[in-house]
Amino acid sequence: MTPARHSNRLWLAANAFGATLRRDLVVTRRELPQFLVQALIQPMFFLLIFCKILPSIGLTAGNFAALLLPGIVGLTELMAAIQGITLPLVLDLGFAREIDDRLLAPMPVWLVAAEKVLFAALRGMVAGLVIFPAAWCVLGSRYAVRGDRIGVLIGMIALAAFAGSGIGLVIGTIVKPEQISLMFSVILTPLLFTGCTYYPWGALRTVRWFQIITLFNPLTYAAEGLRYAMVPPVNGHAMPTLPMPWVLFALAATLTLCFTLGARTFRSRVVS
Amino acid sequence: MPNLPAAIEVRDLVKRYEKANSNAVDGVTFSVRPGEIFGLLGPNGAGKTTTIGVLITSVLPTSGSAAIMGLDVARDPIAIKQRIAVVPQQSNLDRSLRVREILTFHAAYHGVPHREREQRADALLDELGLGDRKNDRVARYSGGMSQRLMIARALMHAPDVLFLDEPTNNLDPQSRLFLWDRIRALNAQGLTILLTTHDMSEADQLCGRIAIMDKGRILVNDTSVELKKLIPGGNAVELRVSLPAPDAAAAVLQALRGLAGVSKVDELDVGAPPEPDDEIGVVAYRLYAEKAPALVGPATEAVLLAGAQVRDLHVKQPSLEDVFIYLTGRHLR
Repeated sequence: MTPARHSNRLWLAANAFGATLRRDLVVTRRELPQFLVQALIQPMFFLLIFCKILPSIGLTAGNFAALLLPGIVGLTELMAAIQGITLPLVLDLGFAREIDDRLLAPMPVWLVAAEKVLFAALRGMVAGLVIFPAAWCVLGSRYAVRGDRIGVLIGMIALAAFAGSGIGLVIGTIVKPEQISLMFSVILTPLLFTGCTYYPWGALRTVRWFQIITLFNPLTYAAEGLRYAMVPPVNGHAMPTLPMPWVLFALAATLTLCFTLGARTFRSRVVS
Repeated sequence: MPNLPAAIEVRDLVKRYEKANSNAVDGVTFSVRPGEIFGLLGPNGAGKTTTIGVLITSVLPTSGSAAIMGLDVARDPIAIKQRIAVVPQQSNLDRSLRVREILTFHAAYHGVPHREREQRADALLDELGLGDRKNDRVARYSGGMSQRLMIARALMHAPDVLFLDEPTNNLDPQSRLFLWDRIRALNAQGLTILLTTHDMSEADQLCGRIAIMDKGRILVNDTSVELKKLIPGGNAVELRVSLPAPDAAAAVLQALRGLAGVSKVDELDVGAPPEPDDEIGVVAYRLYAEKAPALVGPATEAVLLAGAQVRDLHVKQPSLEDVFIYLTGRHLR
C-alpha cells in the first residue's frame, strides 16, 4: 500500500514550501476585500486630512502631499507585512497550533518561518502598491510621483516589505497571546511615529536628538528610500534624502538580523 | 522476513527540559514491529507525550536515540516526517480551509500528486463517515468529527507509522467505539500504530503490546494477558450472599475458606444498601485462587449448605488498572 516516494530531500522541501505558500495565497484570495479595506482605510484618511483638508484651511503647504505619500506607502507596507505574520504567529504558537500541519511537512523548520516571511512581504507589497491608484483618486491634481526612478521604486517597495515581515517574525515569535494589546502600544506606536513617515529626515536637523532616534527605526530608511524614488524634483533640484547606500544597507541588515534571530526564536517555540 | 527494521526503535532515551528538576523521559527503551499496535499507558505527566514528541521530531532528545523505519529521528527529520503521521490530543485543524481542502493541502505539503490527493481525500472522507460534510467549515464540526478528520488527514500521505496521542480522550462513547473500529481496520491494512492513553480499557481493547509508563520510565512492556499475570493470585471469584440471620456469616465464611484451591478469602465492603429493609443481611466475599473459574460450582454449593443464598457471583479478571496499582501503589488518574 506504500506509494512511490520521493527520496530527494531538496525536492521534498521545495515542494512543501511551494504548497505552503499556495495555501496562504488561497486563504488570502478569499479574504481579499477585507485585506484591501484593512490596508487602505488608514492611509486614505491620512492623505485626505493632511493633503486635502489641512491645505484647504491653510495649515499645511499644498506640496506636502508629495512628501507624505512615500512615507504613507512605507508605513502601510511595514504595517501590512507585520500584521500578515505577527498576529497569525502569536495565535498559532500560543494555542491554535494550526501550523503543526506545516511543521510536520517534509521541510526544515526554518523554511516554515521563511515561507511566513515571504508571504507577509507579498502582503506588504500588495498593500503598498494599491496605495498608488487610491492616492491618485484622493489627491487629484496634488498627486505627484516622479516616473524616472521606477526601478528604484520597485526595489524599495520589495525591500521595505521584507524588512517589515522580518520584524513581524521576531515580534510574532516573542509576544505571547495575552500580550497582544501591549504589543500594539509598546512596539507599534513608537515605530509609527519615529519612522519619518510624516516628515523628511533632513528637516529634523533642528531637532538633532530626535533625528538620531529616528535612525534606529527601519521605517525611516523605508520612507527615505521611497522619497528618493518618488518625490519629483523642484526647479531641477531633487529632494535631499538619506543617502541611498545607507538606506539599502539598513534595510538589508534589518531583514538579515531579524530573519536570523526570528528563525531561531521560531525554532525554539516549536522544537523543545 | 529477516532483517526487516523495527518500525520504531527507541534506545535509552532521556529528555530533560531546561529548568526541570527531573527527566521527563528517563532512560526509555522499546521497539515496535511493523504492523503492530503498541500502547504507552500511564498517568498524565508520565512522559508519554514527550516520548512521542521525540519520535515526531518536535522534541530534541537529551541523550539516547530513536529511529523510525531504520532512520534516525534527530539526523534525518525530513525523511521521518514523510513516513509518519500524527493525530494530536487537541484539534489543530487548519480553520482557514474547508474540510476537504484540509486533506488536499496536507497531501500537497507531502508531495502527493494532484489527482491522487483528490481521489484519496474523497475516499478517506467517505471511509470515516464525513463524506456528506466535506465542504463544511471545521468550526461546524463536533469533537468526534474533528477527531475523525484529523485521522483522515494523517492518512493522506500514506504514512508507515501513525501516532495517536490520547485518541479518544473527551469523546462520547459512540464516537469512541467508531474510532476503535477504524483504528483496528487501519492496523489490519498494515499500518503500524503507536498510541498513548491513560485509559486502561482503550489500551486493553486496541494494543497488541502495552508499555506501562510512570515518572519517565517504562515499568513493564508486554501483552495485556501477560501483564495481568504479574499480579499474584490475580484471578478471583466475587460473590454476594444474603444471610438468613446475621449470625450465619461466620458459618458461610468458614465454608468458603474450606474450599479446595482457595488461597485467601476477603470480606468486602458492600456499601449502604439502596433499600435497607430488603438487603439487611447481605455480605460480599472475594475468593482468590489460581484457577478461579473452577470455584463457581463449589462456592455456590458451600453457600447453600451453610443455609444462605447466592445473590450474585462473578469471576473477576484483573484489569490493567490493577496492574498499574500493583506496580506503583497509585491509581492511574
